[in-house]
Amino acid sequence: MNPAPLLRTPLFAALVRAGGRMVDFHGWEMPVQFAGILAEHRAVRTACGVFDVSHMGQIFISGRDAHRFVERVNCNRMTAVPGKGTYAHVLAEDGGILDDAITYSLAPERFLAIVNAATAAQDFAWFQRQAAGFEVALDNTGDRYGMLAVQGPNAPALVGELFPAAPALPRFGVAEMPFAGETAIVMRTGYTGEDGFEVAASPGATLAFWDALMARGGRYGLVPCGLGSRDTLRLEAGYLLYGADADETRTPYEANCGWVVKLQKGDFIGRDALLRRKETGFKEMLTGVRLLDRGVPRAGGGVWLGDRPIGALTSATFAPSLGCGIGVGYLAAVAWEPGTRVAVEIHGAKVAAETVRGPFRKASV
Amino acid sequence: MFDEKDCRFAATHEWACVADGVATVGISDHAQKEISDIVFVELPKPGARVEQGKACAVIESVKAAADFFAPVSGAVVEVNDAIVDNPALVNQAPHGDGWFFKIKMAKPAEMDVLMDFEAYQRSASH
Repeated sequence: MNPAPLLRTPLFAALVRAGGRMVDFHGWEMPVQFAGILAEHRAVRTACGVFDVSHMGQIFISGRDAHRFVERVNCNRMTAVPGKGTYAHVLAEDGGILDDAITYSLAPERFLAIVNAATAAQDFAWFQRQAAGFEVALDNTGDRYGMLAVQGPNAPALVGELFPAAPALPRFGVAEMPFAGETAIVMRTGYTGEDGFEVAASPGATLAFWDALMARGGRYGLVPCGLGSRDTLRLEAGYLLYGADADETRTPYEANCGWVVKLQKGDFIGRDALLRRKETGFKEMLTGVRLLDRGVPRAGGGVWLGDRPIGALTSATFAPSLGCGIGVGYLAAVAWEPGTRVAVEIHGAKVAAETVRGPFRKASV
Repeated sequence: MFDEKDCRFAATHEWACVADGVATVGISDHAQKEISDIVFVELPKPGARVEQGKACAVIESVKAAADFFAPVSGAVVEVNDAIVDNPALVNQAPHGDGWFFKIKMAKPAEMDVLMDFEAYQRSASH
């Protein structure tokens, strides 16, 4: 049997034209880079870059019980105030992380969850199973939306040329705005640790937005960016990559995301399991490591405390803004204290490293 | 510095430029473009013996690691520490300041199995 053909976003031809080096990403044919990961990374930290994130999923939740439902399927306290979004984890009954997603309140009875590409179908099926007893309508609209992320300190000025109301949005703010004769959903969020926007719109409007950005972006230092720089930017900023750094076998506590768990907010799926987990404790926690010597750590690399193996890296890379190797992995409690001297295995050799708490690089927003 | 036309190439994208029985080696322009942003290079130690076709150095880009296979056999007599301190030199000048190391050749006839630039270009474009 032939493997399924790769999915393409509405921007595929434009990405190739812009010099994108296309790779298979969870079944999607996406650009890993354009001019180069380092240049793209630098552009986002100092000017701005644009990422095609059309592969991500959009699930609308509407109806009288929409907010109650959103609270039920997320572990964080979810805002009901229209115009704001909340980052949270979607949990299974046993507390395992099914996805991490931002859910936006668009109107009192209308919410939009932006979910990971690889989990969108499962998320939708999960939401449908949980909807019994709620007066909600669920709509999985991923194939009706494209989405671009414009990130970096120059993003507000550039995006403001096309969406005049966008620069007034607060962080995690959302608003529907007219564009190309249609309505686009503009969110002040991102996955880079920089200021910026994510804009969801119809495939046609997304392509028009891309073309307008390419036409106007020059004086803002805009460059097209691929998955490679998206990964280095997010790892420096301390954001999880679902499927690598978190999955259904880990709870938010182990993923070092206890801050997204609001046990006091009332019942939600996974709460009982988290209460138990909090009592019994856990053995491994997602912990950052920074190399003290030269070398580039990779996902899968073992981490050692002296002669003792204490875990493995789930994400790792060279950090362009820091000039050293960084990574995260589920490590034993002996290494949780920041500054603990450990070693990371690279090509069979052990390279000196230390553990780090929190983001490797403080976000500018 | 090591003009492509004066170099011989391995199918694995390394070049060798020979003078007085010593081969200076590096990676091709095609290879540095494919690997993209090089952020780390690990070279053999001076004095190490390398063997044609065997991995003897590591090149790391942001995304991936690549092996460097010795294009000829012999003893390493000098290494280019400049690319260890500044790996971007390999991207900027793969046939210049981005050279890797020098090998005192043990088997000069090994050069015959390497390709000239024209043949390499044909093979690399496939």
